[in-house]
Amino acid sequence: MTTPTVSGQEASTAQPQYRVIGTRPIRHDGLDKVTGRALYGADIRLAGTLHGKVLRSPHAHARIRSIDVSRALALPGVKAVVTAQDLPDVTDKVADLVEGPIRLKYLSNNILAGEKVLYKGHAIAAVAATSPHIAEEALALIDVDYEVLPPVLDVQKAMQDDAPLLHEDLKTTSLGEQTDKVSNIASHMQFRLGDVEQGFREADIVIEREFHTATVHQGYIEPQNATALWDADGHLTVWCSTQGAFTVQEQLAEILQIPVSKIRVIPAEIGGGFGGKIWVYLEPVAALLSRKTGRPVKMVMSRAEVFEGTGPTPGSYIRVKMGVKRDGRLTAAQAYLAYEAGAYPGSPITAGCTCIFAPYNIPNVLIDGYDVVVNKPKTAPYRAPGATNAAFASETVIDELCEQLSMDPLEFRLLNGAKEGDRRADGVPYGRIGYLETVKAAMEHEHYRAPLEGPNRGRGVASGYWFNIGFQSSVSISVNADGTVSLVEGSTDIGGTRTSVAMQAAEVLGIAAEDVHPIVGDTDSVGYTNVTGGSRVTFATGWAAYEAAQDVKRQMIERAAKIWEISPEEVIFADGVFIHGKDPEKRMTFKELAARIKTGEPVVGRATVSPRGVGGGFGTHIVDVEVDPETGKTQILRYTVVQDAGKAIHPSYVEGQMQGGAVQGIGWALNEEYFYTPEGHMANASFLDYRIPTCLDLPMIDTVIVEVPNPGHPFGVRGVGEVPIVPPAAAIANAIYRAVGVRMRQLPMSPGRVMKAILSKGGN
Amino acid sequence: MPRKIHVQTRINGEEVEFLCEPRQSLLEVLRDELGLTGSKEGCNNGNCGACNVILDGVLVNSCLVLGVEAEGKEITTIEGLAGPQGLHPLQQKFLEHAALQCGICTPGFIIAAKALLDKNPQPTEYQVRHWLAGNLCRCTGYDKIVRAVLDAAQVMAGKGGND
Repeated sequence: MTTPTVSGQEASTAQPQYRVIGTRPIRHDGLDKVTGRALYGADIRLAGTLHGKVLRSPHAHARIRSIDVSRALALPGVKAVVTAQDLPDVTDKVADLVEGPIRLKYLSNNILAGEKVLYKGHAIAAVAATSPHIAEEALALIDVDYEVLPPVLDVQKAMQDDAPLLHEDLKTTSLGEQTDKVSNIASHMQFRLGDVEQGFREADIVIEREFHTATVHQGYIEPQNATALWDADGHLTVWCSTQGAFTVQEQLAEILQIPVSKIRVIPAEIGGGFGGKIWVYLEPVAALLSRKTGRPVKMVMSRAEVFEGTGPTPGSYIRVKMGVKRDGRLTAAQAYLAYEAGAYPGSPITAGCTCIFAPYNIPNVLIDGYDVVVNKPKTAPYRAPGATNAAFASETVIDELCEQLSMDPLEFRLLNGAKEGDRRADGVPYGRIGYLETVKAAMEHEHYRAPLEGPNRGRGVASGYWFNIGFQSSVSISVNADGTVSLVEGSTDIGGTRTSVAMQAAEVLGIAAEDVHPIVGDTDSVGYTNVTGGSRVTFATGWAAYEAAQDVKRQMIERAAKIWEISPEEVIFADGVFIHGKDPEKRMTFKELAARIKTGEPVVGRATVSPRGVGGGFGTHIVDVEVDPETGKTQILRYTVVQDAGKAIHPSYVEGQMQGGAVQGIGWALNEEYFYTPEGHMANASFLDYRIPTCLDLPMIDTVIVEVPNPGHPFGVRGVGEVPIVPPAAAIANAIYRAVGVRMRQLPMSPGRVMKAILSKGGN
Repeated sequence: MPRKIHVQTRINGEEVEFLCEPRQSLLEVLRDELGLTGSKEGCNNGNCGACNVILDGVLVNSCLVLGVEAEGKEITTIEGLAGPQGLHPLQQKFLEHAALQCGICTPGFIIAAKALLDKNPQPTEYQVRHWLAGNLCRCTGYDKIVRAVLDAAQVMAGKGGND
């Protein structure tokens, strides 16, 4: 299972030799996770714990006339009931949380509904009882009087003037200005580059297509959970599975209107997130129940609650128009994207607009994006949020252009692909990027050249882009007398980042990865650290580890100097050995020097960073499919992911991100979808009916790690985690076309839809 | 509240007694009554396999078994796989192959794979995929999991494993 690693041309000669980076040590938390000892949020057990359950709306859209909890409170074993009445009034407040300013009322109402419920599954009330079963029984005893309203579930219908309104006070923001128009359209944005009309006039071939994509869920296996203890002295401690302990702390402070200093968040192990465990759901509710009862309260969602009550990623309507010259050069591209935000504003429309043409250098671009509320759960980030929908549209239109040009689709990408200095439609010029290197590596891969024989089989390719974010990270490293170091970081670890962070410290200190003991701190034990998201942990927290290790190195050099009675400038540190500059016979390894740590004060290094040199990443995927013409079912025969990782710190976990992201994309492409009844009820809120890929659906997923180092990071790291979910839907659609001659423009490309397309072929 | 029932069973080779309500699942008993939280709840309706245990030699979703049904049975959970001699080869191979990311599905996969190798010590890749189709992983894309299981089978065939 050796994975080929391809280096960028300029980069290959400049790449330094590393001792730890690029190796594959066993992850530090692995033992706990294969033995069942690792403690996830739902495994937390405090003495005297009560169990909380949430009452959820049976309607997609309704006004709450009244809530009567008296019968529930009378049930033996029930200790407290809370509703939105127990939350502070935050009507006119705006808070800076997660992705920027947000109307706090929206967040608060999503935790426990105020005057209206806006989707089926919207939380209304919660019960704490001595057992989860009693709490569940009590839910049935809460009487809610609803005035049921018509729901709107489709983004295009929601944009119409006569659509039912979710928020009577939501006025459209257009191009940054708030208008007086009350509508479900929360905002309209636009990117403009060059003159798109002129660009289309210059084109020899212009293709315009429409696309629809369904609401899909992150589908992490561990449901949301929270345990809260609100002490008599006003201190709140929360244990939960989250992508960011500090964002939970901040959200709790805003929603509950208490100072952050009163809140300690202890992150448990987290069983997957993919963006879905950034916004809080249960944490404030468990806190309120704990305050009312004076006891710890634990809450765990059921799978149906996860589907119906937590953020999926938007369904969307997208229109794309692209023009090329006969020689294959793109002259213009235009897109219209409307994303479902769910019940409250905030879909990833900006990212969708930024990513839709990001892999290409196009002189004339016009992109319009709309963020639209509908009666579905408030959407949350999902791995490269907004980019998969967008790439499905643009990358399949490009495939049609290539067909009309009779041009190899990878040759087309080499011709038009973005490189350093090219400007994205949102105005940002690229630094050193490795897109073309991924295209070349894909062209050279045996998969792309291998013959694909047999009926109903086809090969497709597609590319994708995703950002990398900096944000704040903190790391401290203390040296132990046995020559190991303990590393405390603030980034919760979803996929092995303790190890990729620790390896960067080990590289600096010249010690083994195993000699670094990384732990994830809580909000009282480590400096502020932003969320595990935006493909940032190995980049930014890894950078903090690099800097903290430099701090340790400086202090250790000073210690060696003190022992040898020379100046620190006279100590040489190389390959993990401290050398006396004037007497090279005198030398101490890191371990030997650490053993003499009591010759002075303890050595603790620290670093806080907010790095700017982010490295966005590109991927190019190749897929072979076979479509069953009798059923419309698409089987993945072979799949290859090529991606620029900048520098793969731990190649196994980089491959893992590429494989896992691709498979989530495959699920999105072929199976996954929220089915809604006309009343707006999700009809498939279980893992049986919302079908994520199983291992039987898949082949091995080949990976090629391209390494074009990010000049903005000490080791060249780029964001890795999100890119691989972007290309699969388009690559598979392109492969299906070559297999059976139908262009799929709706996700998922489920058997029924493909069958329908095959049957109507020639007819449309 | 319904009266609790006394249950006597064997878990990971040890005699265990517990009291449980008739409505409590075996998963609930393992986790909440006995503190064996290695078995995970991902769906509570038999779709995801995160709660897999081996019950009298049969792989089951412990969320679909009642606690009272454990009476007189022999149960193996994830906590019973590693011994004083070290990790089970499956656990070791999951680590070496980086066959886990978040790790929440890992106990279920390892238990399911053990049940497979107990019956079929030399499975093909297809047989591994077919058997493990009842276990959902959202992080890895399964590639490294399948490789880890195939590799563990090789090791166990060569050295007899430490099972």
